Amino acid sequence: MLADIWTVFWRDWTVLKHRMTAFILSRMVAPMLYLIAFGWGLGRNIQPTGGGSYIDFLVPGILALNSMNISFNSVTPVHAERVYHKSIEEYIIAPIRPFAYVVGKVLAAVLRGMISSAIIITLAYAFGAHFTITPLFLLVLILNCAVFAGIGFAAAMYLGTYEQMGQVNTYILLPMSFLCGTFFSTRALPDALRVAIECLPLTHTSYLLRGIGSGAEVSMISVAVLAAYLVAVLFISGKAFVNLRK
Amino acid sequence: MIEIRNLRKTFPHKDAQNKNAEKVAVDGLSLTIETGEIFGLLGPNGAGKTTTIRMLTMLTRPTEGEILYDGKRVGDDDDALAIKQMIGVVPQNLNFDQDLTVGENLELHARLYHMSKAERESRIAELLEYVELSGVVNDGVRRLSGGMKRRLLIARALIHHPEILFLDEPTVALDPQVRWRIWELVHRLANDGATVLITTHYIEEAEELCDRVAIMNKGKLIAVDTPKNFISRLGRFVVEWRDDAKRDFRLFDTREDASRFIGTLDTAASIRETNLEDVFIELTGRKEGL
Ligand SMILES: Nc1ncnc2c1ncn2[C@@H]1O[C@H](COP(=O)(O)OP(=O)(O)O)[C@@H](O)[C@H]1O
Ligand SMILES: [Mg+2]
Repeated sequence: MLADIWTVFWRDWTVLKHRMTAFILSRMVAPMLYLIAFGWGLGRNIQPTGGGSYIDFLVPGILALNSMNISFNSVTPVHAERVYHKSIEEYIIAPIRPFAYVVGKVLAAVLRGMISSAIIITLAYAFGAHFTITPLFLLVLILNCAVFAGIGFAAAMYLGTYEQMGQVNTYILLPMSFLCGTFFSTRALPDALRVAIECLPLTHTSYLLRGIGSGAEVSMISVAVLAAYLVAVLFISGKAFVNLRK
Repeated sequence: MIEIRNLRKTFPHKDAQNKNAEKVAVDGLSLTIETGEIFGLLGPNGAGKTTTIRMLTMLTRPTEGEILYDGKRVGDDDDALAIKQMIGVVPQNLNFDQDLTVGENLELHARLYHMSKAERESRIAELLEYVELSGVVNDGVRRLSGGMKRRLLIARALIHHPEILFLDEPTVALDPQVRWRIWELVHRLANDGATVLITTHYIEEAEELCDRVAIMNKGKLIAVDTPKNFISRLGRFVVEWRDDAKRDFRLFDTREDASRFIGTLDTAASIRETNLEDVFIELTGRKEGL
């Protein structure tokens, strides 16, 4: 099982190695813009309620939304492998357990998410942000990557067209990027919306990263919520992969 | 030994009248394929050959019926992993990993079948040599020509020394020399004890390669026999003639019977020995223009 997970991971790692520089450069664009526009530009005039500067408030939010986007989109090529190239059939025929495929893909997406997170952390320090990185901070980031990689995997299994994969980005990930406690506190939202938003995994990640980064006490319940999301999406993804054998 | 019992596969097939209509792809197929034989599955397009192979290789779940490998039923359990380990598949469609090179595609396969680094390296080099692709090992698969892709597909299926090999129309669009090489390879594998199941619509391929042939049409098995028996059963001689620009033919047991029949015709006709193609057309129904 471990060897099979490694095989699946090895494949994604091989592809990533071919394009490492391009991957890193392209992943720097969006966070740079966020940091410049919201951190330097707008942020100068914003005073967060909890004290500190806006850029310190912002960086954990950017880490959360960026790792979500990167991990989700690392898995979207699986859609083409299923629908167009059919290369996924190599794995269905092979003597490996379905779960090894899912876990290998998710781990590869976590790697990409963590590489791009490292880039943002470096940029953020360069922009003068203050936050501390602890093992729990990294664990939360990894959990966040894994949850959204799992969601990306399930989407790649269930959605029919590549266009629909794009719609998940536009109608689900993009709104979450802005609303889940990333750029502003969810307290600013109307109650009904706020409750819904606070159930989403990205909101838990934003608050956890911000809390841990500033040295505050954080709720372990949020960590448990992320872990529960992960178990659920891995289960759904595993089922979906098995059901490819129609 | 592979036993196929009453295998059936239907696909949902919505049409204007009936939302729950079904398309029957394979319809009550029963077959036994002996260890070490080269078995041919022959049939026109849409006969259900690919669907049968997909069920045998666990890509598709049968709607009904069962498949046994050496007495072990195919399911989702551990046995299936053991069965999968000994199967090699050359699919009808090219399904390479488009983001990997030729060599990496082969390495991925070798890793999926649990080969050690040393085994992988020597086996991949050996097969690339055999299918004459050593020179493109570092090229992306997208850059290969159609024939090169087919050869790579076959090399990939053989990496882990499968005991059972499924080939779904493996020589489509290949040059005659390459086709010969592949036939030679299949013979060699069978001599080494492998079981081979090959689908084809090149009749000469089946005639050249197969110990036994099953003829399928519209999802149903029509007949199974050796190519020789098919011919002697249906008649070793063919009388061919043209009727209003349409070709027609009839099979006879002896040359004398055939000659006598020609005497009764009022058009020019010829006699020749029966080949598998005649058998195929006789059994799957004559098409317009034949
Ligand atoms: N995934 C599928 N969905 C719907 N119909 C299918 C599917 N696969 C095959 N069929 C149908 O089943 C029949 C048999 O197809 P196939 O097994 O590919 O035949 P062959 O390989 O002998 O040409 C065809 O009529 C085909 O259209
Ligand atoms: Mg076919």
